Amino acid sequence: MHHAATRTLSTLAVLSVSALALAGCGSSLNDTSSDAGGAAACGTTNLAMNNWVGYTADAAVYTYLAENELGCTVAQKPISEEVAWQGFGTGEVDAIIENWGHASLKEKYIDGDKTAVDLGPTGNEGVIGWFIPQWMTEAYPDLKTWEDLNKYADLFKTSESDGKGQLLDGDPSYVTNDEALVTNLGLNYKVVYAGSEAALIEAFRSAEANHTPLLAYFYEPHWFFSEQKLGHITLPEYTDGCDADPAKVACDYPPYVLDKIVSSAWAAKDTPAVKLMQNFSWTNDDQNTVAAYIAKDNMSPEDAAKKWVDDNPDKVATLLQGIK
Amino acid sequence: MSAPVAPTTVEITKIEAGALQAAPRPRRISARAAILIGVGVLWLLAFALAHGQGTDTLPMAALNDVHGFFDAVKNWVADNRSSNVVLLALDGVRVVVNAVVQALLALLAATPYGLGYPEIGWLGSVLLFGWIAWVFGNVRVALLTVGFLVVIGVQGLYLEAMQTLAITLAAVFFSLLIGIPVGIWTGRSRRVERVLTPVLDFMQTMPTFVYLAPLALIFLIGPAAAVIATLIYAAPPVIRLTAHGVRDIPESIDESVASLGATPRQRLRTVVLPLARTSIVLGINQTTMAALSMVTIAALIAAPGLGQVVVQALQSLNVGRAFNAGLAVVLLAIVLDRVTTAIGRRADPAVVAARRTAAVWPRRIAYAVGAVIVIVGIVLSRSQLWAAVFPRQIEFGDVIESAVNAASAWVNATIGGATSALQEVVTTALINPLQALLEQSPIVVVMAAFTVIAFTAGRWALAGGTLAGMLVVWLLGVWGPSMVTLASTLVATALTVAIALVVGVWMGRVARVDAAIRPILDAAQTMPAFVYLVPFLGLFGPNRFTAIVAAVIYAAPIAIKIIADAIRQLPDTLGEVALSTGSSPWQDVTKVQLPMIRHAITLAVNQALIYVLAMVVIGGLVGGGGLGYLVVAGFVQVELFGKGLAAGLAIVIWGMLLDRTTQAFAHRAPRASTAPAAPARRLRRSTLTRTPRTATA
Repeated sequence: MHHAATRTLSTLAVLSVSALALAGCGSSLNDTSSDAGGAAACGTTNLAMNNWVGYTADAAVYTYLAENELGCTVAQKPISEEVAWQGFGTGEVDAIIENWGHASLKEKYIDGDKTAVDLGPTGNEGVIGWFIPQWMTEAYPDLKTWEDLNKYADLFKTSESDGKGQLLDGDPSYVTNDEALVTNLGLNYKVVYAGSEAALIEAFRSAEANHTPLLAYFYEPHWFFSEQKLGHITLPEYTDGCDADPAKVACDYPPYVLDKIVSSAWAAKDTPAVKLMQNFSWTNDDQNTVAAYIAKDNMSPEDAAKKWVDDNPDKVATLLQGIK
Repeated sequence: MSAPVAPTTVEITKIEAGALQAAPRPRRISARAAILIGVGVLWLLAFALAHGQGTDTLPMAALNDVHGFFDAVKNWVADNRSSNVVLLALDGVRVVVNAVVQALLALLAATPYGLGYPEIGWLGSVLLFGWIAWVFGNVRVALLTVGFLVVIGVQGLYLEAMQTLAITLAAVFFSLLIGIPVGIWTGRSRRVERVLTPVLDFMQTMPTFVYLAPLALIFLIGPAAAVIATLIYAAPPVIRLTAHGVRDIPESIDESVASLGATPRQRLRTVVLPLARTSIVLGINQTTMAALSMVTIAALIAAPGLGQVVVQALQSLNVGRAFNAGLAVVLLAIVLDRVTTAIGRRADPAVVAARRTAAVWPRRIAYAVGAVIVIVGIVLSRSQLWAAVFPRQIEFGDVIESAVNAASAWVNATIGGATSALQEVVTTALINPLQALLEQSPIVVVMAAFTVIAFTAGRWALAGGTLAGMLVVWLLGVWGPSMVTLASTLVATALTVAIALVVGVWMGRVARVDAAIRPILDAAQTMPAFVYLVPFLGLFGPNRFTAIVAAVIYAAPIAIKIIADAIRQLPDTLGEVALSTGSSPWQDVTKVQLPMIRHAITLAVNQALIYVLAMVVIGGLVGGGGLGYLVVAGFVQVELFGKGLAAGLAIVIWGMLLDRTTQAFAHRAPRASTAPAAPARRLRRSTLTRTPRTATA
């Protein structure tokens, strides 16, 4: 066996050596010594890809424009929201294109070790809150604010909620004060954790299909709104600082101005890719449109971006203003 | 199986009678049963009296000092990454791992420079892998390798599959580099074994989610961190099986070689490694499968490959696309399993001897011709676009995708109502009462009950360990969630074992059923759990039951296989005797077969528990709540990092406690001689499928 093994091994070695020799010789597809100058000037952007479809829509349009209009290269790196910030200092991540709040991260990375900078809003406004499926907005027209909730607690009871009404929370990476809110507003509800956005959407879908009651945490902009018009339950009005102490929160979520966070080193390069990131701004409707192409119509992000770009030449012109 | 001398019927009847006589438990066991019943009664009493007192109700977002400490450690690491010696050394590790994985990625998937084509395109790599499978395995696995890789290409996932393969191979490479030497050392020294066994248990029970965040902190995100995360999970099997092989070498041989004056190094080369070879190759197989099973999890820290496709498809709830990628993972797993198994068979001394006497030259010439074809293929794949990137025109991944989506929607629409009714029933009848009992009983009572149960299983050491473990869970500030998790885990384990008994006995008794079901079991174990989460969400909604179903799907195959193998290994004559004495098949199963495989059943319970616990975190993604949710939350939210870590540690502790307790019960159970040996724990599927059927003798 020893001999047999040695033999096959040496054959393999010969083969690998020849393969490597081939790899060394010049006929490879990868030889691009005569590459166009454009891509070199713009370089490669490491774009963090957070895990929701709205983000994917922003990133797809940015990537499409950067690659097809400016000759840049974009490397999309799927990473979860907060982990991505760690990548700024090391060069693993150049940009986060849709950032939701995260005051503590901004303090640490932008003000603290200065590895990141804020490149301004994306034009999207984020709304976090409590929502009910569309059929309930018609069936229960008086269910509009938090004050109406206790009356309907029985309606929202499930096998998970210990005899109280159920408030379904979603992906743990999204900001939530819901447990504190339920306690501080004196609501007869229990927060149940669905654990993912997929779980929330499936819950809304089946609630609508079977006309079952549901009260859940959700957010805009989101492509799902183009499938179902969820009803928004208003909470006590948000005032500046009313959510300062997480245990005592008794007010609505703040309106989020979604912004773009990039690494300081990358921003300093001032390439077309950086300028495009600075310019990048659109509306909630724009994002929902592209996101619905991806999530509902099963288009690839590239195709979805291309469709939106082809359909909106004037908006694209604004995005590219002053770069080309 | 060349059966040993078949005993005569008379003898059998005697054995049989003896076994049945012995089976009704001796007095010691009934004493144990009495203690257990007593614990149950007292517990219920305490629950009724002290309902809701002395419990732990820390709100989800509330933190304690332990969590704060973990957070402080995390911040310290982040701040000292570039100045601390240890952290710099760890960064060196990252650089080395990264170099290897990047080289493999460039070789098979895409170079980071130039046009981004792989050094060896699809045509070259398909031929190369086929050739390797042929030379080290046989013609059949070579054809299978080529065929499946082409199917993956046609699915439109060749690039992603190669990225996954590159990361898997890198992880296996480092696992072997560390695992084989450590395994040999473990096999030769009892002391090392004693120290290492709990460490290996820890590595395998620790939910992968738990260490993703700390690993990303130290090793950053990307392929290198993914390889290291995979390594932690995948190295233990090869260490255990190498140690097992080394330990099994008859001492006499080793001693006689030593007495001839061989140096330790010579002994290692001439005796230890050759004799342990079969076991080591089996370990390589197990390690490879474990590494592959990490692909979806590793995707969460930016490892490229099939896992990415699955995770992203799930964001848009595209079951079909996730399934398509999951299918590619299954195909890749079959290829890797068959190739490593074939290599293992070649390592068998009998096969080696047979090949040595066969004519050598024709084979060499054939290999050389094959090598020439491979080299031509590589040249083509490096210079021709059609051979470098899999042609898009012949993809039918979209067809699979839409078919699965349609099927999933149809199932959902058709039986959606019935399934949610089932969910309601199981939740109210089973999960809620059990969870109330665990959650609402005073902590002291729960701890006392588990300690006594551990005592009946394994006496003082186990009882002490159990109590200590539970105290740590309590100090970690996650007692409440861990009771939620425990309730779900117990229900899921009970369901798993119930299914395993029915299906396993059926498979064990009817060979045709076995042949039909076994591939499904293999696929269920290899298909990433993320793939079936969304259809289950549609059927059952986001809740604990869905998490339980996902865990049962994952844990049932291993339990079914254990029971099926145990039944099959019972002597055929046993059934004939039962038949001749006029018992019905039902009596045959319940009176003869099940008592005979009691040891296998306890093993199945043990494995079901461990596998169910491995799914706790995945369950957290679909409404499982408890520790699983906290682990997921800790991974994604800075504020909950410490608490997530605490929850992860709690899962590990519960895993070890439950494992040790069920194992202790298993050891005490009267041992049926035919039960399959339990090798290293938590082995992936193939060990059990290949437990030698002749081992009975």
